[in-house]
Amino acid sequence: MGQANNKGYLEQTETIKTMIQTCIQCGTCTASCPNIEFMDITPRHMWRLLLMDHVDALFLSKSFIMCSSCYYCTLRCPRGLELTNAMSLLKQTASKLKLKQFQRSSLFYKAFLDSVKKHGRVKEIEFMTHFFISMKNPMIPFGFAPLGLKLMLKGKVRPEFPSGGSGKLTALFKKVAELEE
Amino acid sequence: MKYLYYPGCSLEGTSLEYDISTKILLEAVDVQLEEIEDWTCCGATAAESQSHLLSYVLPARNLALAEKMNSERQILVPCSACYLNLKKVEEVIKKDKDLLGKINAVLAEEDLVLKGDVIVKHLLDVLSNDVDIEKIKEISQNKMSGLVIAPYYGCQCLRPFTVFDDPEDPHSMDELIRATGAQPFEWDMGAQCCGASNTSTKPEAGMALVGRILKSAKGADAILTVCPMCQMNLESSQKKISHKEGIDLEIPVLFLPQFLGLAMGKTQNDVRLDLNLSDTGKLIKARV
Ligand code: SF4
Ligand code: SF4
Repeated sequence: MGQANNKGYLEQTETIKTMIQTCIQCGTCTASCPNIEFMDITPRHMWRLLLMDHVDALFLSKSFIMCSSCYYCTLRCPRGLELTNAMSLLKQTASKLKLKQFQRSSLFYKAFLDSVKKHGRVKEIEFMTHFFISMKNPMIPFGFAPLGLKLMLKGKVRPEFPSGGSGKLTALFKKVAELEE
Repeated sequence: MKYLYYPGCSLEGTSLEYDISTKILLEAVDVQLEEIEDWTCCGATAAESQSHLLSYVLPARNLALAEKMNSERQILVPCSACYLNLKKVEEVIKKDKDLLGKINAVLAEEDLVLKGDVIVKHLLDVLSNDVDIEKIKEISQNKMSGLVIAPYYGCQCLRPFTVFDDPEDPHSMDELIRATGAQPFEWDMGAQCCGASNTSTKPEAGMALVGRILKSAKGADAILTVCPMCQMNLESSQKKISHKEGIDLEIPVLFLPQFLGLAMGKTQNDVRLDLNLSDTGKLIKARV
């Protein structure tokens, strides 16, 4: 991958590599993962690839995206490694690199955080609208339509259009971005 | 007994019934709540997949606000995702002073300071350890006897911080269910994952996990949850999954305080059963 020279990419994967340095390849993480049938490579294999610096293969895989943060692997790893956090760091890296297979989740999270930045709290319908717009795929909302409609009928979400104005948490978000540069 | 209260975004929107039933139940067992002033979103699962520092700053802001209130030192949180995010900050700043420094550098933008002297508690922790269970027994008078109820815990109130229950084989809800006269359903899915936000971003994977849980719940009269995300996932696609699997997997799903409230004589309207997405009719006909 051409992006392999990206500085952030290497720094991040170096951090994750340090986190899983003492992996003994026992496979407990793989055996514990509820999403394993949707992964193309197993968590144990991912850590091996990372330790051997085969980072490209890692980011071609979709495995880490399937992680639903259940914390079973973290709980059970005999070496006490923070594997769920390692998965999150991989998601962060993929998001920063704008990797294609992560785009859908990444846009979903971005729309969510934009809503938080603006209002301090989440307005669910607004962030869904943002999500659909940024996916630029008019067919996608239909997949969500039944649930969205159910929630609207229950009065749990109100149809609203994204509002402008300066955000409630803009200063915090800005400072975080500054410190993370 | 009194706690600071962090409801979180879901309890203001899609899980309003969790907020209402929590308050009504706690009042009935003499627990007072004081909402954290000007609280904001904890970052949910979004922040951690976007920025490391932000995933600490968003919950930390709320802890700092709680400290500033100079009131109770314990925060009660009903949402498991919010609970974990707030707990994570409480735990990590005990050890990582460097991170605490960074968090405070950001919070300074709002003239807030995080010291780290508040304790974050899940609603289930408070109900099973702090509240006097005899009171629930006394008021409910075995109203729910004959029912078999499946306690569903999900992940984030149990792991990675093992504070009040066994993270693999949890049982803290059993006594609460028995206190109403009902029996806890024996199953091994109580601590399994509901798919979390995969149900929105990767529906196929999310639905597979929900399907597994619903199938295992066959034989129970209802499932109880303690998290808005779990509740939404277990309730919202029952018809679709039943259709796909070719068996009827529909089952009432209630938030724990909705069930306890009903057992203690609150009305369907009091605990806002009208807001549940699953069909709670069967349960109501059976008991309420
Ligand atoms: S459970 Fe821990 S030690 Fe075992 S393979 Fe997974 S990461 Fe390595
Ligand atoms: S935390 Fe993620 S990778 Fe680990 S077992 Fe759970 S879903 Fe699998």
